[in-house]
Amino acid sequence: MCGATSGGVSLEGVDLAKESVIEGVVTRSDGNGGGAPVENAYVRLLDRTGEFAAEVPTSATGEFRFFAAPGEWTVRTLAPRADVVDQRVVARQGVVAEVSVTI
Amino acid sequence: MSRTATLVTADWVEQHLDDPDVVLVEVDEDTTAYDKGHIKGAVKLDWTTDLQDQVRRDAVNRDQFAALLSERGIANDDTVVLYGGNNNWFAAYAYWYFKLYGHDAVKLLDGGRKKWELDSRELVDEVPAREKASYTAQEQDTGIRAFRDEVVAAIGVKNLIDVRSPDEYAGRLLAPAHLPQEQAQRAGHIPTAGNVPWSKAANDDGTFKSDEQLKALYSEAGIDWDKDTIAYCRIGERSSHTWFVLHELLGEKSTKNYDGSWTEYGSLIGVPIALGDEAGEA
Repeated sequence: MCGATSGGVSLEGVDLAKESVIEGVVTRSDGNGGGAPVENAYVRLLDRTGEFAAEVPTSATGEFRFFAAPGEWTVRTLAPRADVVDQRVVARQGVVAEVSVTI
Repeated sequence: MSRTATLVTADWVEQHLDDPDVVLVEVDEDTTAYDKGHIKGAVKLDWTTDLQDQVRRDAVNRDQFAALLSERGIANDDTVVLYGGNNNWFAAYAYWYFKLYGHDAVKLLDGGRKKWELDSRELVDEVPAREKASYTAQEQDTGIRAFRDEVVAAIGVKNLIDVRSPDEYAGRLLAPAHLPQEQAQRAGHIPTAGNVPWSKAANDDGTFKSDEQLKALYSEAGIDWDKDTIAYCRIGERSSHTWFVLHELLGEKSTKNYDGSWTEYGSLIGVPIALGDEAGEA
């Protein structure tokens, strides 16, 4: 599991040219520059006003994916025994925006 | 209704894991979540197969619901505690379903599966073996279910609450942002509907906000407490969450869930649609 590349959930059959994808991986830091993917985190997507838009649990390899609209978004991560982490991201149609979250 | 009649805490569930009169039922949007671990003793309902007619687009009928619960070993006198992922969206949908067919003793686990996981509480793989039951369902209570003609007639007359995200309401997205966006129907909302996203009723950990906060939320959104209310979303599951808040927590008994929701309304020929962030005219 360790070292899995981000964005492992299948995009098969999805026309990426029409989508504004935001995806990434949640990692729990080991304090020594390394870390392991977190499979039981919850990642929330908030819109430009801070309003909730969607939420997904992370996969076994810590991954998450959203199908957003073009614009500014915030990715908020909740996980057991960790503080809430917010990260800003810009989505563009036809582009996969990658986010790495470390807790 | 009150919170004690309709909600239980995670601590309560832990204390009743071996209570023979309590049946835990998990219902998730991700129908594989149960198979990756669930609360001890919980049985699974699959909303895509168990709670949808497999031929026409409709809820399962009275006989199908009775057969389903009988097969899962759920009896009429059991207390059913529902929980699930996505802040209890589909658990709330199942809760509405149990009420639709007259099961009184049903409760939601406040916070659902997310709160349970964030608390690092135990999940198991073992699937319980329950003896089959003989369940009798009541006639549908259409006092809590709205159909399309009633919704069209409610424009400018009743409270219409669109509980989808602001971007779905305005027509900038056609589905929640964790799903692909390609859909056949038109985007937008029912004219005169206010937008109170379901998520405003919940805390980040999925638990419901206080009654005072909830009452203020809908008052600020302009709900007329003297009028009947219809809640809708895309397929009726998020609006079940809001129906639960209004009907069960706040005791607004003239609240209905429109389970046809936007996937039906946005596909109808000739009905009015409002685009953008404003509610629009009747």
